[in-house]
Amino acid sequence: MIEFLFSVITSDHYWFIVLRSTAPILLVTLGAVISEQAGISNMALEGSMLWAALVGVIVSAATGNVWIGLAAGLAASVLTAWALWLFALKFEANAVLAGVALNLVAHGGTVFVLFALTGDKGISSSLPSKTLPFITIPFVKDIPWLGGVISGQNIVVYIALIAVVVMHFILKKLTIGRRIKAVGENIEAARSAGINPDRVKLFALTAAGILAGLAGAFLSMGYTSNFTSGISAGRGYVANAAQVVAGGTAVGSIFASLMFGLFDAMATYLQNVGLPPELIQALPYLATIIGFIVVTVIRDRKEARRKKRLLMKDAD
Amino acid sequence: MENILETKDLTKVYANGVAANKAISFAVRHGEIHGLVGENGAGKSTLMKMLYGEEEPTAGSMLVDGKEVKFRSSQDAIASGIGMVHQHFMLVPSLSLAENLVLGKEPRTAKTRMFDFEESVKIAEESAKKYNLKIYPRARIVDVSVSMRQKLEILKALYRGAKILILDEPTAVLTPQETDELFIELKQLRDAGHTVIFISHKLNEIFAACDRVTVMRDGRMIATHNVADVDRHIISNEMVGREVKMTVDKAPAIPLEVLLRVRSLSYIDDFNIKMLNDLSFALRRGEILGVVGVDGNGQSELVRIITGMAKTLTGSVEVRGKDITNAGPKIFRHAGVAHVAEDRMTVGTALPASIEDNLMADRYARAEYSSRFGFLKKAAMNARAKEIVKEFDIRCTSERQTVASLSGGNMQKVVVGREFTADAEVLIISQPTRGVDIGAIEFLHKTIVTMRDAGKAVLLVSSDLSEVVSLSDSLIVMNEGRIVAYFPDAKTTNDKELGLYMLGLRRQGDDEIRKVLHE
Amino acid sequence: MNSKIGPVQAVKLFFTDKDKLEPALVTLLAAVFSVLFGVVLIFLVSKNPFQSTVNFLLGPLLRTYNLYYMMIAMVPITFAGLALCIIYQSKHLSLIIDSSFYMGAVVATAVGIYFPLPAIVHPIVAMLLSGLVGALISLLPAILKIKWRANELVSSLMFNYVFYFLGSAVILYFLRDRNQAIMSSLPFRSSFALPRLIPNTQLHAGFIIAAVFVVLVSIFIYKTKWGYEIRMIGANQKFATYAGISVPTVILYSHFVSGFIGGVGGAVEMSGLYRAFIWQMDPSYAWDGVIVAMLARKNPKFVPVSALFLAYLRVGADFMSRRGDVAFEFITMLQGFIILILASDKIANSIKANRLKKAALAKTGGVA
Repeated sequence: MIEFLFSVITSDHYWFIVLRSTAPILLVTLGAVISEQAGISNMALEGSMLWAALVGVIVSAATGNVWIGLAAGLAASVLTAWALWLFALKFEANAVLAGVALNLVAHGGTVFVLFALTGDKGISSSLPSKTLPFITIPFVKDIPWLGGVISGQNIVVYIALIAVVVMHFILKKLTIGRRIKAVGENIEAARSAGINPDRVKLFALTAAGILAGLAGAFLSMGYTSNFTSGISAGRGYVANAAQVVAGGTAVGSIFASLMFGLFDAMATYLQNVGLPPELIQALPYLATIIGFIVVTVIRDRKEARRKKRLLMKDAD
Repeated sequence: MENILETKDLTKVYANGVAANKAISFAVRHGEIHGLVGENGAGKSTLMKMLYGEEEPTAGSMLVDGKEVKFRSSQDAIASGIGMVHQHFMLVPSLSLAENLVLGKEPRTAKTRMFDFEESVKIAEESAKKYNLKIYPRARIVDVSVSMRQKLEILKALYRGAKILILDEPTAVLTPQETDELFIELKQLRDAGHTVIFISHKLNEIFAACDRVTVMRDGRMIATHNVADVDRHIISNEMVGREVKMTVDKAPAIPLEVLLRVRSLSYIDDFNIKMLNDLSFALRRGEILGVVGVDGNGQSELVRIITGMAKTLTGSVEVRGKDITNAGPKIFRHAGVAHVAEDRMTVGTALPASIEDNLMADRYARAEYSSRFGFLKKAAMNARAKEIVKEFDIRCTSERQTVASLSGGNMQKVVVGREFTADAEVLIISQPTRGVDIGAIEFLHKTIVTMRDAGKAVLLVSSDLSEVVSLSDSLIVMNEGRIVAYFPDAKTTNDKELGLYMLGLRRQGDDEIRKVLHE
Repeated sequence: MNSKIGPVQAVKLFFTDKDKLEPALVTLLAAVFSVLFGVVLIFLVSKNPFQSTVNFLLGPLLRTYNLYYMMIAMVPITFAGLALCIIYQSKHLSLIIDSSFYMGAVVATAVGIYFPLPAIVHPIVAMLLSGLVGALISLLPAILKIKWRANELVSSLMFNYVFYFLGSAVILYFLRDRNQAIMSSLPFRSSFALPRLIPNTQLHAGFIIAAVFVVLVSIFIYKTKWGYEIRMIGANQKFATYAGISVPTVILYSHFVSGFIGGVGGAVEMSGLYRAFIWQMDPSYAWDGVIVAMLARKNPKFVPVSALFLAYLRVGADFMSRRGDVAFEFITMLQGFIILILASDKIANSIKANRLKKAALAKTGGVA
């Protein structure tokens, strides 16, 4: 068993799948991170993904063009994000409840629309939807081992990696990144500096919408080539947990999403070992929650120690 | 020496009818450090809020450089050259000082229009050098001291073009050394042509830093003096004098045994300020011990520690001989301590719950209200609630009404009604009549005396001097977390004297103060 | 809920106490608007919208068997609603009820297959065991919240996935009936089934059990000291601590009780409706529970009527989808829509907030 695992972990094929599994989680986690930095609990990521997945499939089938499909999918997920903004900020709804409510609308709505269009509830295979291209990178593909991991991935996987850089850039280098932090950490400070918090939050949510949309479109037009009901499989919620682990940084998001991706990729191999598939399927979620707990505990302890140190310092 | 800032009959009356500022006419000269003093409730904050555009005046006018101005928001005030450093800093903790400085007016690189961090550091460094305020521009707010954060707040105001700087109780969060540093910096700013308005209730500081001082009391302006020409006692008198002396009918106290004894309490708050410093006293059965002092000198922290809501770092709290230090509200209540909380809206009551539920919250588990199997004895609870409503004259249509729908005075009566019927031996009462109408005040005062006469030990904390002095049998004065005076007979005190102690200008000898321990 | 106020006075009190009247109106409006939203959806999608709308809105009334389906559907929704009422009362929102319910069903399956017990006793034992398991599961997010301040909503959502897979694994590997074509557990013993209330229908005694629980939970929340503690914490947690209530203890037992109800709900569903465990997808009742709890304003008394509303919509949607071209899943969209409306404080409480703000200014005096 150990040998088997060892051989899996050292195989380039495994890491290829890890990248592929981690990519959608990474994208949504980045979305969760930027939302949280702006001070909003974005629970609607799951719904954003679902709409993007469905709309992308429908439009790419209708137009015969995968890029128009992708654009339409992104538009759908951004609209979902805007709906969250509308209810949470303008109608002053509890952001968490509004987010999960939008997810419900998405869960039901995607099947509803799919059925209305195709008469099929489970899968969109009757639609001639397109797939996003896979890319073999010249030169890289010939590198031993590494080539097998990196080259040949779907374009969205590369976009995910680029997204990390972009997000890092936005949060650390751009003005809007600082304003997002200001709004998220001390909204009064932002207001008194003349910043409009609602607008900043809209920006953050739009970005999250785009990211979730990319993830969703990938699921139905890259990872697989159909929309199936419930295709997001809770990844949006995983992102909400992973975002805590990520600690608000783009780089942290990579590690946080790997928690899920490593185990998700392991699934196909573990099946061959005879472990029950349900247990295998549970592992990524279990890993996420354990990671979530561990990080929360560590942070809590660090905070307590810091407070104690400050007290001791001034107690004389 | 022109007036850079002036108000003429500036008045502010809030929607509920409270007149926070009554016809204030005051002037600040160009290039001076002008102190504004007054007790809590004197109206200083309201005045500053109007000057900074955070509130609109009800009547009267404001002039900047001789021209009348109307501010609809603080952006307008900033545009007129007025900057303010609030007591609660407007800073983003995880960003650097430089980034906080330029927030909202961020410099961008010429070519790519990105945030120019280096430029913001440069701006911060230049600003710091120009005004001689030492900061670390690249450090994050969480990593620097409170005093440096304050300097940044000042720089922020200056960066936005403030000619007039308003500082609201700036030394509340500073150590003595940092305070001295601040004064030097302020004087340099003044010499460079800026004007500073310095709000405080610490007279020593006003005298150390200011050129002139204005005294407010009860929403009015009392006088403006040159600091050089005036004596602290005069100021103290103007701040603390009562217009109408309150009297309360009560028989002389007959104090018996000690019920509550605290020794060497100390407490450090979230800003690392020592709010309580080696505080000890004892409270006896059958007496009302009043705690006199300006808000913010540790009274709230003291109350929270002796009711189990906060933990003391040192020392002990003993109730009827039992040491229950840091034990938590449940144990304190079981030990016989009742607590009329300072904040009736967030702590003292549960607004969405009924009057009855609020009244029963400390006793629902007792045998007379809960059966062995956990069932509430609703009839008994309801009957008792009705009794309390009647006894304490709580004006409502039914005891099943929510507390949120009551007026301030009646809400307070709910709190008092519960705490005074808790069968407690020790009553800790904090700000009992804040925001309460006259009729209710009289009633509450009578009830407090009744409690004392029934043999309870009462600690009365109030920033209303009239109330404390007229209600209490004995007094302790708190200043900067310590007891600075003990007066066994409140009637022997006078306002002038109390003012000196309250403002830290005078302190009794340790022997006098130790008498309050009744050992 | 108690004492000597007469009915006329109570009604008068209700209409004058704005704190009580406004939310009730909003709840009603939310229900009405969501149904209208549903009708709009039908018209957008269906080829014969009028027929579909009639089927949806009147379905349960058009066929007797639909009425029974509705009552049957009310049972699990009621359990979920009751469990969430308790959670909601303390304002610590955890959605672990799905796991409690599902694992409760799994445990009941095991009991149903293997325990040789006489009729009536058999399902009751299952309910007790399932309740216990559901209760223990429900403690998990609560403990995480108390010890490490971990967000209970996020952790409960993750746990739901974990327990779903875990439960399915247990069924598939320990309780599976290999002779069946579909995924099914071994058959339950005949003693496990709950008696039918009306012969030749599937309406089972679980309906009565649910009704009993409505009464029990009502009593628990409003007539016991534990319910009182939960309500005070929900009203103002700082106040509760100040008054001497131990918040962590209350959170723990309130989640325990809530989870117990969820577990029992799973067992009831198994022994009432099924002869073996044949679910292939997790029927998530958590959202139904949230909606019912919101519609019922956290008061168990109103759970039956809210559950009825939801069950009515479900059956109507099901009827409509069988006879027409509108997918049943549109009911999930309605659920989301209801929650959106109910959660929008501005829509719901703008009048109230304004009123309270003015009152607050008066109380604190507004003096600097």
